[in-house]
Amino acid sequence: MSQINLDSKIPSGPIEDKWTNHKFDVKLVNPSNRRKFSIVVVGSGLAGASAAASLGEMGYHVQMLTYHDSPRRAHSIAAQGGINGAKNYRNDGDSVHRLFYDTIKGGDYRSREANVHRLAEVSVNIIDQCVAQGVPFAREYGGLLDNRSFGGAQVSRTFYARGQTGQQLLLGAYQALSHQIHLGNVELFHRTEMLDLVTHEGRAVGVVARNLITGAVQSFSGHAVVLATGGYGNVFYLSTNAMNSNASATWRAHRKGALFANPCFTQIHPTCIPAGDEFQSKLTLMSESLRNDGRIWVPTEFGDERSAASIPESERDYYLERRYPAFGNLVPRDVASRASKREVDSGRGVGPLKNGVYLDFAASIDRLGEETVKERYGNLFQMYERITGEDPYKTPMRIYPAVHYTMGGLWVDYNLMSNVPGLYVLGEANFSDHGANRLGASALMQGLSDGYFVLPATIGDYLAPQLGNSALGTDEPVFVEAQSQVQERVKSLLAIKGSRSVDWFHRELGKIVWDNCGMARSKEGLEKALVEIPTLRQEFYNDVNIMGHEETINQSLEKAGRVADFLEFGELMCRDALDREESCGGHFRVEHQTEEGEALRDDDQFAHVSAYEYTGDTAQPVLHTEKLEFESVAFAQRSYK
Amino acid sequence: MQVNLKIWRQSGPDSPGAFHNYEVPNASPDMSFLELMDVLNEDLQTKGEEPIAFDHDCREGICGSCAMMINGRAHGPETGTTTCQLHMRKFADGAHITVEPWRAGAFPVIRDLCVDRSAFDRIIESGGYITAPTGTAPDANLILVPKEVADSAMDAAACIGCGACVAACPNSAAQLFTAAKLSHLNLLPQGQPERYKRTVSMVNEMERWFGSCTNHGECSAACPKEISLDFIAMMNRDYVKAQFKQRRFASQT
Repeated sequence: MSQINLDSKIPSGPIEDKWTNHKFDVKLVNPSNRRKFSIVVVGSGLAGASAAASLGEMGYHVQMLTYHDSPRRAHSIAAQGGINGAKNYRNDGDSVHRLFYDTIKGGDYRSREANVHRLAEVSVNIIDQCVAQGVPFAREYGGLLDNRSFGGAQVSRTFYARGQTGQQLLLGAYQALSHQIHLGNVELFHRTEMLDLVTHEGRAVGVVARNLITGAVQSFSGHAVVLATGGYGNVFYLSTNAMNSNASATWRAHRKGALFANPCFTQIHPTCIPAGDEFQSKLTLMSESLRNDGRIWVPTEFGDERSAASIPESERDYYLERRYPAFGNLVPRDVASRASKREVDSGRGVGPLKNGVYLDFAASIDRLGEETVKERYGNLFQMYERITGEDPYKTPMRIYPAVHYTMGGLWVDYNLMSNVPGLYVLGEANFSDHGANRLGASALMQGLSDGYFVLPATIGDYLAPQLGNSALGTDEPVFVEAQSQVQERVKSLLAIKGSRSVDWFHRELGKIVWDNCGMARSKEGLEKALVEIPTLRQEFYNDVNIMGHEETINQSLEKAGRVADFLEFGELMCRDALDREESCGGHFRVEHQTEEGEALRDDDQFAHVSAYEYTGDTAQPVLHTEKLEFESVAFAQRSYK
Repeated sequence: MQVNLKIWRQSGPDSPGAFHNYEVPNASPDMSFLELMDVLNEDLQTKGEEPIAFDHDCREGICGSCAMMINGRAHGPETGTTTCQLHMRKFADGAHITVEPWRAGAFPVIRDLCVDRSAFDRIIESGGYITAPTGTAPDANLILVPKEVADSAMDAAACIGCGACVAACPNSAAQLFTAAKLSHLNLLPQGQPERYKRTVSMVNEMERWFGSCTNHGECSAACPKEISLDFIAMMNRDYVKAQFKQRRFASQT
C-alpha cells in the first residue's frame, strides 16, 4: 500500500488570522509568468466558472471543459433561495464568527474548522463581487440590498434574486468567463465530457475527454487540473440534481489515486414535491426560503382523508413549531427531513399516496396579502402548480424530503488540493466545508468562495516551483495510454448488447441506496446493500443494452459510463455509512439516536474525516482518517429547541 | 392516455432528416413531456431501435437545455412554460403531436432534436458582461439600485437562453435574447460605463448570426420566461444613441 500522508496544511495561528497569514506565506507566480502556465478546469458551474474566469483574469491560460452545450447550463443554475454573506446589514448580531459558528454547528462538527472560517470571511467579498458584476439581487426601496433568513440561522444573512439566485450568480460567473474567452485567456470546450484523469510521476497532468458530438476521444494537458464537477446525488436515481449530474469525474480521479472523503454524508432536502408515479424522472425542489413564510403541518388524526381546507386548526399538528420552538419551521434540513419522515412513517402523511406533509401559506397570505407572497415566491408557486396541477395560493403545498446535495467528495487540503499533487477540487465535488450537513444558501457561497477567492490565491504555491517546465505533450505515452483505455471502455460498453436499458440499472441502484442508505440507515440494511450493489454491477456488465454507436451523440452511451461509475461509488458510500457507527447531520444510523429520536454523535470515535483509497478492488478500499480538531468551537449537542 | 407522435429524426448535421411516427399507448396525464420521451426511448431500445436524442438537464425550467417545437410552437401549447415543465394533462387522449428541433440557420441540427446554440455564447462573449475582475469590488451597499430598477433588470435577467425566441421568429432573429441581456446590464448603475460599447458589440455580433427583427412579437409570446418586447425597444434606443453618443462625455447627461 502506498504511503499517504493526509496533511491538511492548516496554517498555524489564531483562526481569524490563518487565511490572511496563509495568503502571505504561499508562493506566488509573477503576473508576466502566469501565461506560461496552463490549467485544465473541468465543470462550468459556480465553482468552475468563477475559477476559470478569475484564473484567466490573472493571466493563466485556462482550458475549460463542460459537457453542456453552454457553460451557463450547469446545475448551479437551479439553486433557488439564496446565498449567505456575513454582512450584518440587518443589524441583527451577525458576524463572520457567527456564520462560522452556525456552519460548524449545522455541519454537526464534522467539517474542518479552518476551511469553514475562511468560507465565512470570504462570504462578504462574494456579495461585493457579485453586485459589481451586475447580479440583480433583491433591493429595498432605498436601493440597499434585501435579506431573508434560512434554516439553521437566527439572523437574516441570505441575499437573493427572487427564486432564481443560483441562475443569477451563475450568469454572473458565466459572463465573467465569457469575457475571458473573448480575450483568449480561456479556451472553451463545450459538449466535452471528462472520462479520465491523467497522472505522471504521481502528479495530475491532464484529462482525457470525449467530444459528445463526434465521439472523438481527446487529451487535455496542463500544469494543474481543477475538478469542479459537482456532487453524486444522482446515485439515488431520483434526486433534485439535473439529469446529467454525475460523479464520473471525481470517481475516475479516485481510481487514479485521489482519496474520497465522507461519501456517506448526503443531504436530504426537506421541501421537495413528493414523487408521483413510476415514470418520474427526477424530483423538484421547492426552495427552503418558503419555510420563512410557510408553516409545516400534518393532520393530528392518523389516516385523515379530509382535504386540507376542511381540517380545522385544532386538528392540525404543526410539528416543527411544537418540537423546536426556537427555530420552528426554520430548523436545519436534516432535522426537518427526519421529522417529516417520522410523520409520514407514522401514517399521518397527506396526498393521494400519503407520502407528503403540508407546507401552508394561508397564515402568511392573511398577514401579508397575496401580492407580497406572490412577489417573494411567485415563480416557485407557479412551478408547483405546473407540476402538480394544484394552486398553492388556495391549497397548501404537499412536500417531502428528497436527495439534494452531497457533503462528501474528494479529500482536499487547505489549499483545495487533493492528495494527488496538481489536482484541485472545488465546490460540491470536494468535502471540506459542510461537514455532515450543509446549511441552506451555503452551497452557492462555497462554490464562489472556492472559485473566486481561494483557488486563485493558493494555486500559485504549487505552480511557482514549476516555472520553466512546459506542460506535458498530449502525444506523451501517459496520454496515449489513457486515451486508448478510455476508447476501449467505450467500445466494451457498446459491445455488451444485453437486454436491459441503462435507466433500468440506474433505477434499481437508486432503490437499493435510497432504501438502505437514505434518510435512515441500519447495519442490517447497509450489509444487504453491500451484497446487492456488486450483484447489480455484475448484471450491468452482462446485460446492459446500449443502442447506436460511438461516433455521434449517443446519450445512452454517456449515461452508461456514468451509471457504471455510480455502481462502484454506491458501494463505497454504503461501506462508509456502515463504518461510521454514529449519527451526525444527514447520516442517521438508527442504532445511534437519543431517546427523542435525534442524531447521537460519537465524538470520541468519529470526530474525523474518513478518506478512502482505491485499491483496484471496490470491496477493499483502504480507510485513512484525518482527525478534526476544534479549537474555536466546543463540541455540543446540536439543539434547535 | 394514448398519444401519437410525429418526430423529426436526423442522424447527423449533414444527413437528411425525416419525420417518423411513434405511438405511446401508456402515457400518464401527470408525466412531463420529457418523461413521455423517456418512455418512448425505453420502448425504442427494447425494440432494438436507437433512442431519440434531445437536450435536457434540470427539468425544472431553468437551465434552458430543452428545446422542442411541439405542434409548431416553441415549447408547446402552454404559455410561459418550458418543454420540461409541460405536462401531458394539457393534451387530449389520442392526441397527434408533431415534435421538431428548433429551426434556425444559426442553430444547426446536430442530431434528432439537438441543435447547436453556440451563437448565443458568441453574443455574450462579445460584450454581455460588466468588467469587474475578481477582488476589485467595493462594498455591495455602496452601489444603490432603486428597487424598481432592480426589478426590471431581474425581469430581463430571467432569460434562460433556450432559444425559443429565435425558433418562434419567422426571421430567426435573436433580438429578444440579446435585448434581455443588454437591458439587464444597461439598466443597472454598474452597467453604465460599458453601456454603449456593449450595445454596439452585442448587436453587431447578433447580426452576424441571426436574421432581422420585423416586430412580429412571436419571440415574446413563445418565451417561457415571458420576457417583454419592451426590452427590444430599449436595445434599439440604446443602439441608436450609441451611434452619436460622444462616449468621452458619456457621464454628462
